[in-house]
Amino acid sequence: MIELVGRGIVPGRVRAPALVTREPISGFGGIDVATGTVIEPRHELFGQCFTGRVLVFPGAKGSSGWSGFFQSTRLMGTAPAALVFDVITTKAVLGAIVTRVPTVVQAAPAPVDTIRTGDLVEVDGDTGRIVVIRTDGVAVHSGE
Amino acid sequence: MHLTDEEKRMRDGVEGDAVAVAMDLLIRYGDALQAERLVATRNVAGTMTQPSPAKAKLVAEGGWAKAFAVMNLDSDRELEIPSMRVPTCQLQHGFGADAEGLTRYPADSIRLQEDAESYFTERGVRVLGTCTPYQVGNLPVLGEHCAWMESSAVVYANSVLGARTNCEGAASTGAASLTGRIPYWGNHLPANRLATHLVRAETPVEGFREWGLLGYFVGELVQEARPAVVGSLAPASDADLKHFGAATATSGGVELYHLPGVTPEAPTLEAAFGRSRIPEAVTYGSRERRATYETLNAQGESTEVDFVLLGCPHASLAQVQEIAGLLEGRRLADDVQLWIMLPRALAADALRQGWTRTITRAGGRVLTESCPAMSRAAPPGTRVMATDSAKQAHYLPAILGIEAWFGTTWECVDAAVTGRWRGELT
Repeated sequence: MIELVGRGIVPGRVRAPALVTREPISGFGGIDVATGTVIEPRHELFGQCFTGRVLVFPGAKGSSGWSGFFQSTRLMGTAPAALVFDVITTKAVLGAIVTRVPTVVQAAPAPVDTIRTGDLVEVDGDTGRIVVIRTDGVAVHSGE
Repeated sequence: MHLTDEEKRMRDGVEGDAVAVAMDLLIRYGDALQAERLVATRNVAGTMTQPSPAKAKLVAEGGWAKAFAVMNLDSDRELEIPSMRVPTCQLQHGFGADAEGLTRYPADSIRLQEDAESYFTERGVRVLGTCTPYQVGNLPVLGEHCAWMESSAVVYANSVLGARTNCEGAASTGAASLTGRIPYWGNHLPANRLATHLVRAETPVEGFREWGLLGYFVGELVQEARPAVVGSLAPASDADLKHFGAATATSGGVELYHLPGVTPEAPTLEAAFGRSRIPEAVTYGSRERRATYETLNAQGESTEVDFVLLGCPHASLAQVQEIAGLLEGRRLADDVQLWIMLPRALAADALRQGWTRTITRAGGRVLTESCPAMSRAAPPGTRVMATDSAKQAHYLPAILGIEAWFGTTWECVDAAVTGRWRGELT
């Protein structure tokens, strides 16, 4: 079990498998809200669905539509289960608030280096704690 | 976060439920950002009339009050929406009636948008219908605190005008319009307006395409950071700066750049960095230029072009004049459509100058309010697009599943007239 500690910015606690990327994500032009899928052709998550998963990513990029697009995933029932990111911008922070899913930012050790896609993680937006409960990830962790 | 007495009164509902909900959102948002306080603004640019499936559903359930409450205030409560407390404009939205029949964009959405315009203009919103409010009268001054969304407008306001805004969203601008407040964070603080990266152009940068290429390179390089750019830069027109900023905000998340000697907060290179050490410059040379061009043009295979899109961000009058000049006495190839997007206020001027007639005689269209990326619709059957906008070349293949070519305005007009993409980097 690995524990990461950051700052919770949207309350709530959820347990779900992780979807991890080292690349920032666009909202507008980057995701399809109807299917909860990353649609930016050159993105390493291209074609992957984040619905019901803990989306672990460095931060937001692109248009100011970011928050509105993630808000729409909530309204369309395709939202991630939780958000975990590092770079604090108005886009990503407002996006987390209107998506209303548990969100932890700036956790240590660095989430994109520590959590792997497929790991079962628990995100606590009240305490800022992230626990990797079971590692099913595509790569083996060092130091485990 | 520290609140003034007036802000506490707004939070507590003295100014009505909608204002209280707006203040609650700003408090949650400001706390999450770790802002020390809010700052007063009298300049909000947001989006509320833009039709979308989610919004249409909300309007059907509870009218525009419900749509505004949910989308622009993050509220589930029924609210009566008062007049905007501070000057607020609507940015670009969906296609207007002038695009009806040219695309599969639903006529229902056009009607829905017209309905929205009635509702929101009654509440004081100025429907500018453009991603470039600064081109049609909303021109914030040096140091003015704004709450704007639209990444290309934000980077222009911060960099070219020296106004201060973060890249806001539909919910934060909605809350700002009813409270006249926005978190005092990020670009509002002088210390956060200094350059962080230095880029030196060692290959000449002159003309619209070159500024777009440089911007796309710089955005990818610095991501969310603040570049200062020096080197072999020809004097930039307002359109060049508009395109450069939009490209930096598309490939990265740039909200503020400095061109020493050009942009107002950087009279010199030293001023751009303040007391910080000036970092070693990253070179933008012929190799970087070519790599950027190839990245932008990696989304085209067929050279048979059927759609040409100009005016992203929305065209200036000088750009429309240039395009009209290139189309004078010529005729578009069969089965090719050419659209020039611009604000409705400028379309009136383009008509008066005779440029619109020249463009429509050639078979092109001058369209207002929106763009294919925003409305997610191109002419029916579009397979291969050409554009002089790095931003549209980046977004449209993902949004519409089409191929895209990026080049000069001249190359795009040539593609419209011949039906062939013959663009190249020399």
